[in-house]
Formats: sequence, C-alpha cells, structure tokens
Amino acid sequence: MTAIRNILSRWLPAYALLYVVFLYLPVVFLPIFSVNTSPSPKFPLAELTLQWYRDLPNTPALIDATRNSLMVGIAAALLSTILGICAARAITRYRFPGRRAINGLIMAPLVLPEIILAVSMLLVMLQLGLELSLVTVVFGHVLVCIPYSLSVLTSGFEGFDRSLEEASADLGETAFGTFRRVTLPMVAPAIISSLLVCFTISLDEFIIAFFLTGTEPTLPIYIWGQLRFASKLPGVLALGTLLLVGSFLLLTVAELLRRRAARRTQNAGGAFA
Amino acid sequence: MTAAAEGSQPLSLGRRQRTSLLQSEAAQGFALISPTFIYALVLLVVPILVVVAHSFWTQNYLTIDRTFTLENYRIAVTEPIYLDLLRRSLWISLLVSFFTVVLAYPIAFYISFHGGRHKGLWLFLITIPFWTSYLLRVMSWKVILGYNGVLNSGLMGLGIISEPSTALLYNTSAVVITLTHAWAAFAILPIFVSLEKIDRSLIEAATDLGDGPLRRFLRITLPLSVPGIVSAILIVMIPTVGDFVTPKLVGGKDGVMIANAIQAQFGKGANWPLGAALSVTTMLVVTAMAASTVLIIRSAARMAR
Repeated sequence: MTAIRNILSRWLPAYALLYVVFLYLPVVFLPIFSVNTSPSPKFPLAELTLQWYRDLPNTPALIDATRNSLMVGIAAALLSTILGICAARAITRYRFPGRRAINGLIMAPLVLPEIILAVSMLLVMLQLGLELSLVTVVFGHVLVCIPYSLSVLTSGFEGFDRSLEEASADLGETAFGTFRRVTLPMVAPAIISSLLVCFTISLDEFIIAFFLTGTEPTLPIYIWGQLRFASKLPGVLALGTLLLVGSFLLLTVAELLRRRAARRTQNAGGAFA
Repeated sequence: MTAAAEGSQPLSLGRRQRTSLLQSEAAQGFALISPTFIYALVLLVVPILVVVAHSFWTQNYLTIDRTFTLENYRIAVTEPIYLDLLRRSLWISLLVSFFTVVLAYPIAFYISFHGGRHKGLWLFLITIPFWTSYLLRVMSWKVILGYNGVLNSGLMGLGIISEPSTALLYNTSAVVITLTHAWAAFAILPIFVSLEKIDRSLIEAATDLGDGPLRRFLRITLPLSVPGIVSAILIVMIPTVGDFVTPKLVGGKDGVMIANAIQAQFGKGANWPLGAALSVTTMLVVTAMAASTVLIIRSAARMAR
C-alpha cells in the first residue's frame, strides 16, 4: 500500500513532466533548426543565423498563400461563429424535440475522418458545378470549425442568467438596449474566443483545403509543396516558428477570454466539458 | 416565431397558454438552430449520401455510369492491395488509440486529482502543442527520427549505437509514434472531464470501508471514468484511419494507409466510384471496430464493479 502511495506521490508528477516533454519535443525543434545555417536539421548546429527569416518576406508565393489563408481564416471564423452562436443559444436556452440529435449531427465532423468529409464535399461541389476556389475551402472549414465554436460558446452561454435580461427589460430598457448593455457584455468574451479558435483551426487545416482548393494555395498547402524539397526545409521551419508564435498568442488570448466569460456567467466548465 | 402560437387550438385559457408557450418555445428553438442544422445537412449529410451513391456507380473515363453495381465493393474487399491497406490502417489506428489512451490516462488522473489550483493551466499547457501546424509537427517527427536525425545523433553521442539506425523512420512504428503524439490532447480532455465528474465522497467512502488505493482505483475511479475512455477512443480511433499526411511523410512503403489509396482515387487515379466505395468500406469497418472496442471496455468495467 505504501508502495502505491509512493508511486502516486513521486512517480506521477515525474511522469506528468516527462509527458509534457514528449508533447513539446517536436515543437521545440522548429525554432531551434530555423536559426541554423545548415539546411539539414541535425545536431550540432552549424552556426546561428536569421537568414531564413529574412528570406520569408521576399517569397511572393508565400505572401500570396498567407493572404489566402488570412482571408479564408477570417471568413471561416466569422461564418462558423455566427452559426455557432445560433446553435449554442438554441441549445442552452430552449428545449425542443430532437435537440440532442441535432446537436449530435452538428458535432459529428469532430469524430469523422477528415478525408471522408473532404472527398464527400468535393463530390457534391463538383456535381453542383461549383468552381473550386478559396470559397469552397471556406465552406469546408466552417463545417469542421462549428463543433469547436459550439463547444466554446455553449460553455460561455450555459450559466447565462436570463433574469438579468428580464430585469433590464422590466427597468424599461428596449430590446436592443438590453442586448447591447446586458447580453452582449456577458457573451462577448465567449464569442471572441470562438472567433480566435476557429481562425486558428482554419489557418492550420490541410486535408480539406487540399481537396477543396482550386489554384490558390493556403499556407498549409504551400508548406506541403515546400516539404518535397530538402533545401527549402529551414525556410519552412522559420515559417512554422512564426506560425507557432502567432497561434500561441491567439490561443492565449482566446483562453483568457473564455475564462473571463466563464467567470462572468458563473460557469466553471471547460471548453471541452 | 409567433406563428405556432397563433395556430394553436382554442382550449381553456390556462391550457392554451401553456401549450402555445411550449409550442412557441420549441418553434423558437428550432428556428434558432435551423441555420446551423441546415448547414450540417447540406455539407455533411448530403455529401455523405452522394458518396454512398457514387460507390454503387462506375467510372467511364470522364463520365459516370449510374447503373447500380457492387463491383466497386468487390474490388475494395477482395483486391489484396486494398485489403492489406485496410488491415494495416485498422491495426495502426487500434495501436494509436491504445497508446494514446494508456499514456493519457495517468496525465488526466494527475491533473484531476493532484492538479490543485493549476488544473486550468495544466490543460492549457497540454493543448498548446496541438494548435501548431499539423504538417510541421509531422515534419518535426521526421527530423527527430530520421537517419541524421536528433534521436540517432543523440544515441550515437551517448555511445549507445555506433552508426545511425534506419529502423526509426519510414515504417509503421514511426506512423504510430507520430499519430500517438498528434492525438494526445484529444484523449486527455475527455478522460479528464469524466474524472472531474466523479463524486469524491465515493472515494472517501471506499477508504473508510477499508479499500486500499489500488482497490479504490480499480473499483471506483476506473469504472466511473469509462465514459471518458470511451469517448477518447472514439475521437482518436475513427479519424486516425483517415490520415494520409502522416503515412506519406513518415510512413515510407510499410506505413501507407487506406487514406492514401482513397486520396489517389480522387486525384491521379481518378476513379471516384472506387474511391467512394473505399471510403464507405473504411467508415463501416472502423465504426464496427470502434463499437466493439467500446463494448468490450464497457463490459470489462461492469465486471470490475
């Protein structure tokens, strides 16, 4: 018995630490090899350089891909958050028959292989005669973003106290005034957090974009193309490092906002709870 | 929104109000969720039906012959190449879900029971790596496991091996390692949530009744966390089968998976009906595998209690 207690108190934290190292292991090599002069990623590092970072802005294809990705990401984030708001509000506020089934359907893309989603949307779009473009990529990304948006928003909306809205109406505030001064401040953090999470997912999504894009590549597709050339690796690593820092900042903001939203609505549930 | 209320039958006042209120609440709920619902119908349900339909058709060069046939399925389940790929994909996704869940459980347990005030921070720390570009994470594993890679040079530096090992990259285990890493957070979170839901007084009661830590864990904590384990398995096992990036980058010849074959049919191979049949078969088989795994785990949990 004492042996087990020992395991729990000593080995479990050590294991937790080791596990975190395992999780971060591949991530830390991106920045390390991105400042290495030698194009092949191995230790010991040849020499430190920022050359790969300086080359990035001088690559027109990369600039185009970045612009495409930003546009797709913003559109997908807006659209999936709007659809997420509708669904989250309906699910947390109203009871209606089929609620669970509809919720299950909306969350389903989370547990389906992305390649299946991608090829099935591809077939439909081609049948409908839609030209593959960044617009079709946005449609695809919205489908996979909605489950995340819905989780974040439901956790933000759940503890939402309706009596506050009613009180505001009773005190003579107009419907719009109530929305602007009571509802919005309470749900805004969750909405912003959903926007950021969806944007990050779209920015990083590869499989769906790979099938649904026409001639304009998004960033992951550009990276996929570069991975074929060993000599392009350091540039890709530099780009990856920048993306890593960017996503980290966005998600930190999203997480802080989500926590604030959860505190405001007196709800302690996590995004995935 | 008021249409439902207006249309209700004139009943006694109290009842009428209640039914109309109920109806309008249901109608409002429906109205509010319908845009999202319709979106999911149009971009998820309809496309999957279209795929199923295609799987019964035939490709004639550039056109599609819409006479019903099971030929695609015959090819999908009898051609040795597809059978092999399917078998290997299932095996890989079984291994990946086993390793992710077994490795993730202690972490979820640690955070839930010993995380104290820092639970949120721990969860955040664990999810961060998963928001970095998936392609680049796979690429990083290539850098780590490669011939001149970090692991090889590290092992040589320590004098454990004298020349770089080629056994690390371009095989099934490289795919399993990469995917186990890629899906870790998706296993930790559901298990953590189900551990959080366990009423701590049950564990105290077991202690008071003389159960040691191991018995307590096996008879209370583990069975009660089964829902988390089940959703972790579902969320890891099914999508894993459909990955074609990891096998392509780190799998080499031995690591090719069924998704690579599906991708080929929609790309260079250009045989949509066959690709559709492969997709449907894969989905059915992996769902069956996931369902039986879940059943086995549930009955094991029932026996433990």
